Amino acid sequence: MSVLIIAEHDNKSLKPATLNTVTAATQIDADVHVLVVGFECQTVVEQASQVAGVSKVLVADNAAYEHQLAENVSKLVVEIAGDYGHILAPATTTGKNTLPRVAALLNVAQLSDVIKVESADTFVRPIYAGNAIATVKTTDPVKVLTVRATGFDAAASTGGSAERQVLSQVIASDRSRFVKEQLAESDRPELTAANVIISGGRGMGNGDNFKLLEGIADKLGAAIGASRAAVDAGFVPNDLQVGQTGKTVAPDLYIAVGISGAIQHLAGMKDSKVIVAINKDEDAPIFQVADYGLVADLFDAVPELEKSL
Amino acid sequence: MKILVSVKRVIDYNVKVRVKSDQSAVDLTNVKMSMNPFCEIAVEEAIRLKEKGVASEVVVVSVGSKSCQETLRTAMALGADRAIQVEAEDGLDSLSVAKLIAKVAQEEAADLVIMGKQAIDSDNNQTGQMVAALLDYPQATFASEIVIENGEAQVTREIDGGLQTLAITLPAVVTTDLRLNEPRFASLPNIMKAKKKPLDVKTSADLGVEVGSNVSIVSVTPPPQRAGGIKVGSVAELVDKLKNEAKVVS
Repeated sequence: MSVLIIAEHDNKSLKPATLNTVTAATQIDADVHVLVVGFECQTVVEQASQVAGVSKVLVADNAAYEHQLAENVSKLVVEIAGDYGHILAPATTTGKNTLPRVAALLNVAQLSDVIKVESADTFVRPIYAGNAIATVKTTDPVKVLTVRATGFDAAASTGGSAERQVLSQVIASDRSRFVKEQLAESDRPELTAANVIISGGRGMGNGDNFKLLEGIADKLGAAIGASRAAVDAGFVPNDLQVGQTGKTVAPDLYIAVGISGAIQHLAGMKDSKVIVAINKDEDAPIFQVADYGLVADLFDAVPELEKSL
Repeated sequence: MKILVSVKRVIDYNVKVRVKSDQSAVDLTNVKMSMNPFCEIAVEEAIRLKEKGVASEVVVVSVGSKSCQETLRTAMALGADRAIQVEAEDGLDSLSVAKLIAKVAQEEAADLVIMGKQAIDSDNNQTGQMVAALLDYPQATFASEIVIENGEAQVTREIDGGLQTLAITLPAVVTTDLRLNEPRFASLPNIMKAKKKPLDVKTSADLGVEVGSNVSIVSVTPPPQRAGGIKVGSVAELVDKLKNEAKVVS
């Protein structure tokens, strides 16, 4: 049976995590459909139809879906669920918000944060903040999964030519209302999509010192992240947090500055291709996972690194 | 207004997790257990709402074996008024737990259900959303601020890239994120008082809920270890390695 993916988007563009989810879906079944639920989201539909491996794009375009409220989207998905053996969404805050609702309405389990597809009914997912890896098998008639983007390569964003189908159902809850959104505005790439990330920890000392990382981030086209310790200390907002309780990332290059390497942080970045650690404590656990460790005072090393790049 | 808070007993977040040698599960024998950190935040928020006079009663519920009564007592020491243990095997799947909590929420006629966004053992991040779906309640997940006004909860949510505020009509389900509050510690007098607070035990049969799951564990293994790398002596050497050895910087 076909696989349905709920697209991650902001009504303007398809988010990269969707492409990784498409790759996971193609490992389950060759017939992959993408559902775009939104409002005035035509460009997203265009982009989704061009993704390699997608055979059909379903579109529900209505003001009721502008903010993709879980109450509405879940009921819409349930209405079309009968055609599918699997329903997938990226394990983003949107996917995690909506998909368990879908599973409960279908009276089936949901598997969260899948990092590997063993077969159409057996999947691998981290538990205990990545300190254990569980392989689980499900015999549910519809298998509902969120997919961790870092576990799968991105599908090619071009080369496909999916057919389109318009869904006319409008489901609008009167008990949930969007009030406002404050999104961090930045020219830098999003953390979960960046090829290079430079993160600061408690060693940064204060929020102002995070500016030290900006020069390197600009030179490398990097996103800026932080450890939970830096967030808890109030240096930077929580959406920069990399770790078990924040974002899971796997860039080509991860530079950890003044981060000791608590388990909770490692859980969020240990799948990075190359890890660099700069810390003045030579016994910091971060050095156990770093490919290149530099024992140095970050306030000397970071400006020097910026100059030499 | 009555608030129902769910709490889960999990391996303490400071404990190093070890996998059993037969790869069936994580080893929980003789391991320190505590209240799931996100559930602590949920309890704290409910108590604060009561202290502000917004809530009149805080009921705390946990699904599990007898040992979860300890977690319920902790919640009552923090300020919850009474507790319900739903007797069940430990490690029930999220949907079963959601069905049980949904039933309790209905029986209690709770106006607001506050739950942790995820448990740090199974890392599912599902149960709150499922409770909301089963009851056809609106939901606000990953909350960093809750304001109750005119039968509505205005909830600020931590989403990828920033914050979103939703207004949901009560009854509703809210799940907590880290920055919602900083939980208090229980004082000794309150720990003593909590021993006298009422704790009811119910079974899934009492609640008329059938539990079970079609998901089975094939194996649980330790994660692949990352091989440690090398220490470099200077920034110049680091840049050289990144350019010429790892080739991640041009």
